[in-house]
Amino acid sequence: MKKEWPLWEIFIRSKSGLNHKHVGSLHAADAEMALENARDLYTRRNEGVSIWVVESKHITASDPDDSDPLFEPARDKVYRHPTFYTVPDEVSHM
Amino acid sequence: MTKYLLQLADNALILGHRLGEWCGHAPEMELDMALTNIALDLTGQARSLYQRVAELEGLGKDEDDYAYLRDAWEFRNVLLVEQPNGDFAYTIVRQFIFDAYNYYLHRALTQSKDEWLAGFAAKSLKEITYHLRFSSEWMLRLGDGTEVSHAKLQAAIENLWNYTGELTKPNEVEQALTVQGICPNLTQLKTEIEAKMTEVLAAANVTAPVGAWMQSGGKDGSHSEHLGFILAEMQFLQRAYPGLEW
Repeated sequence: MKKEWPLWEIFIRSKSGLNHKHVGSLHAADAEMALENARDLYTRRNEGVSIWVVESKHITASDPDDSDPLFEPARDKVYRHPTFYTVPDEVSHM
Repeated sequence: MTKYLLQLADNALILGHRLGEWCGHAPEMELDMALTNIALDLTGQARSLYQRVAELEGLGKDEDDYAYLRDAWEFRNVLLVEQPNGDFAYTIVRQFIFDAYNYYLHRALTQSKDEWLAGFAAKSLKEITYHLRFSSEWMLRLGDGTEVSHAKLQAAIENLWNYTGELTKPNEVEQALTVQGICPNLTQLKTEIEAKMTEVLAAANVTAPVGAWMQSGGKDGSHSEHLGFILAEMQFLQRAYPGLEW
């Protein structure tokens, strides 16, 4: 039985100033190879200026079954959104 | 000048074709993409060079005429690039030897007195730098990997080493262009290329054969039997259906 390479999650920054965004996953034997594979798989159409790779096993995900206790309480607390202020026209990027 | 450009173009085209043969056959899907990406870089370089040759010759030809309508003895690629893919280690060694040579060659060509060639080299150097990084890292991985990968890498080096001499041994075309400052002095370049190879081979824990007899002739059109088979496959469609487009 062939031993599979570990899975890596790939994050690409599409241009300077923006956040890295999850784009997908791939197999690689080590971090360097993951970077190179990511370069070939996810940036060949000029999608990025920076790549992060993280081995999938290092990611801890929330359980979908827990979504009510985790997220429901925030749903009716609209006052946490800063939507009650009037933003002056001169202020951009809000 | 056109003869020299054809040497560069044919190296890129034939090696690109060889790498393209891995498409759908590489050990991993990710490697399939990596190898064909390099193949596309090389094919793109070949295309620019053929277009330049067509421009200089002024005979109304285009890049396809050079790729599809010349016979084996008119091809000027080095023997190394027409060698079969073999196993993955074999392909990596062939690629690494070529990349090491190609990297220092193009770095030097950015200083060429021929303005077009200097510009072409500067553009291609970025791609070639990545190719060298990719193949160097695979040399280390295979050399330092398992007993089997190490043995395959060592065997590939021993089989392909005979084709390293031709790379840095100038032919008449290169000698003439070196005098004019158009192409670098290959004898000087040899030191840098060999230093790089020694460094990577040592890190990969493999050794090059000492005093190996060197094959040559590709640059002047004397090829191994392999080139004929490559051309038969590559040129079939244009030969059987001249002018076919899709």
